[in-house]
Amino acid sequence: MEQLVYKRTSLIRPDTSSGFCPGCMHSTVCKLIGEVIEDLHIEDKVAVVFGVGCNGLAMNYLTFDNTTSPHGRACAVANGVKKSSPETIVFTYQGDGDLGSIGLGETVAAANRGDNISVIFVNNGIYGMTGGQMAPTTLIGMKATTAPQGRKAELHGYPMHMCELLDSLTAPVYLERVSCNTAANVIKTRKAMKKAFQNQIDGKGFSMVEIVTTCPTNWGYSTLDALTFLEEEMFKEYPLGVIRDKTEGGK
Amino acid sequence: MARIFMKGNEAIAEAAVRAGCRFYAGYPITPQNEIPEYMARRLPEVGGNFVQGESEVASINLVYGSAQTGTRSMTSSSSCGISLMSEGISFIASARIPAVYVNVARGGPGIGAIQPAQQDYLQATKASGNGGFRMIVLAPYDVQEAVDMTYAAFDIADRDRNPVLILADGVLGTIMEPIMLPEEKSPEEVKALKDAKRNWALVGHRPDEKRAMIEPGRFAGQEPANIENAKLYETWDKDIQVEEYLIDDAEVVIAAYGISARIAKSAISLLRKDGYKVGLIRPKTVSPFPYASFANLDFGKVKAILDVEMSIPAQMIWDVQYAVRGRCPIETTLRSGGEIMGRDQILKAAKELCER
Ligand SMILES: Cc1ncc(C[n+]2csc(CCOP(=O)(O)OP(=O)(O)O)c2C)c(N)n1
Ligand SMILES: [Mg+2]
Repeated sequence: MEQLVYKRTSLIRPDTSSGFCPGCMHSTVCKLIGEVIEDLHIEDKVAVVFGVGCNGLAMNYLTFDNTTSPHGRACAVANGVKKSSPETIVFTYQGDGDLGSIGLGETVAAANRGDNISVIFVNNGIYGMTGGQMAPTTLIGMKATTAPQGRKAELHGYPMHMCELLDSLTAPVYLERVSCNTAANVIKTRKAMKKAFQNQIDGKGFSMVEIVTTCPTNWGYSTLDALTFLEEEMFKEYPLGVIRDKTEGGK
Repeated sequence: MARIFMKGNEAIAEAAVRAGCRFYAGYPITPQNEIPEYMARRLPEVGGNFVQGESEVASINLVYGSAQTGTRSMTSSSSCGISLMSEGISFIASARIPAVYVNVARGGPGIGAIQPAQQDYLQATKASGNGGFRMIVLAPYDVQEAVDMTYAAFDIADRDRNPVLILADGVLGTIMEPIMLPEEKSPEEVKALKDAKRNWALVGHRPDEKRAMIEPGRFAGQEPANIENAKLYETWDKDIQVEEYLIDDAEVVIAAYGISARIAKSAISLLRKDGYKVGLIRPKTVSPFPYASFANLDFGKVKAILDVEMSIPAQMIWDVQYAVRGRCPIETTLRSGGEIMGRDQILKAAKELCER
């Protein structure tokens, strides 16, 4: 007997291409977002607040309510949405430059207030959209167009760890770092996203899922070499795992 | 309804609540602190939300988010704080989201004196952010007008799906005056106002409904939206509000808005007693500007226009010049940096022009 074991999420338009570069993990992240929304049956009450960066390419591609925030301000916009429409399940979709540099204030303040929103944070260690400039998350030694000799600690400081930074605050309920490099990790990412949404549904407060990803185009690597760099270098700086879980049964 | 005695900032906040405002976000700055303080007390009483933003940047973006749900939403600040909001305001105008904000203006440039000034005129009326959008900007000259304009601003914002600015100043924010408050919208009316926006609001839509797509500009192909916006701005002639005071026989016409106009009116009553034929044109909407009031003056009679502003250099004078087109001289009498316009200063300047 035939059994349907997998189908494409209906929350991605079948007739539009995403615009993401080959090897970019944003497409996997988008797919997982769609699947999790379907799992939770919140298709009719979900809204995404895009940051400014490559995530915005999903605007024409995801089929549910969406808006774009000024660069960095997604958490403030999402909190405004949530306060005035508490029944809406609102999440931000932001890059590392958006969330950790220009929007650092908004991110920390939202986490510190424990705003009841979910944050999907794609850390690719670089400014993807604008062509490979240094991000707060760029690794030491890693080249960027604005750090042509590579990031130097004396000059640029050290990579920022957003999960750990937010872990110093009392309010956030859930912070986990995941990736999409293997099937096992994709499943973990899906679980983490689901939890971040569920926390919001349950009114628990601020949840963030950091997804450490590749950016082959701006790292200057082939898709496969980028994966190797991700596993050998990025994961060293950004170890995967649950950083904070204040939900029941969490650590 | 009874007359009550209220401070300008609190009266503005109460008028907003009565107009159905159910969300306010703001950051402390003098001379408008009573607005967030009042909202922090008042909004929870009506099931609304107050958020103290971590900055003006966050505050305008909280408002941008809240207003996208169709909820009447507002922020306020003063001068340098308003500058910080400009990107957000530009996004709101671009995405065509209704919102109201108040500038209780103080000195400048820079951090400026905390006392009243009118040094944000060009920013308020011409470019409150990047990209060449426009807004209706209402400039009250007493607390009653601040109340009425705030109340009306929410209707205009909803009608046009565009931000509306109340351009006040530190005098109006902190003065206490007897006022009549407008009627408070009922919970049912407030809900109906929100529900009417559901078709475009960011609240979540069923897959078979049209989804909300709030687009504050695009990576490409923005021109059609700009053309639409320009069409909206062209409909605003009907929204022009102006007070023409004793201009029929006037030899000298004072051009002033906001608190300067109020002081000018007081000067005019004294000037008239002494036989000086002085009148006043007071733009109540500084955008759209009442150019016709100036353009239609009888330049056979009018010897000069006296531009009175709390800004050095003068700013509104650009609009006055644009309307007058050289048909009579335009002189100025000005203060700035938190120094309030003096009635005697206006008396002296107007007399000199009359006697010319
Ligand atoms: C106020 C403002 N400053 C700068 C930009 C230009 N800008 C667009 S995307 C971007 C970088 C985004 O990087 P990141 O958040 O890491 O996202 P990624 O593209 O890497 O996914 C910048 C600087 C902008 N749009 N707005
Ligand atoms: Mg990035």
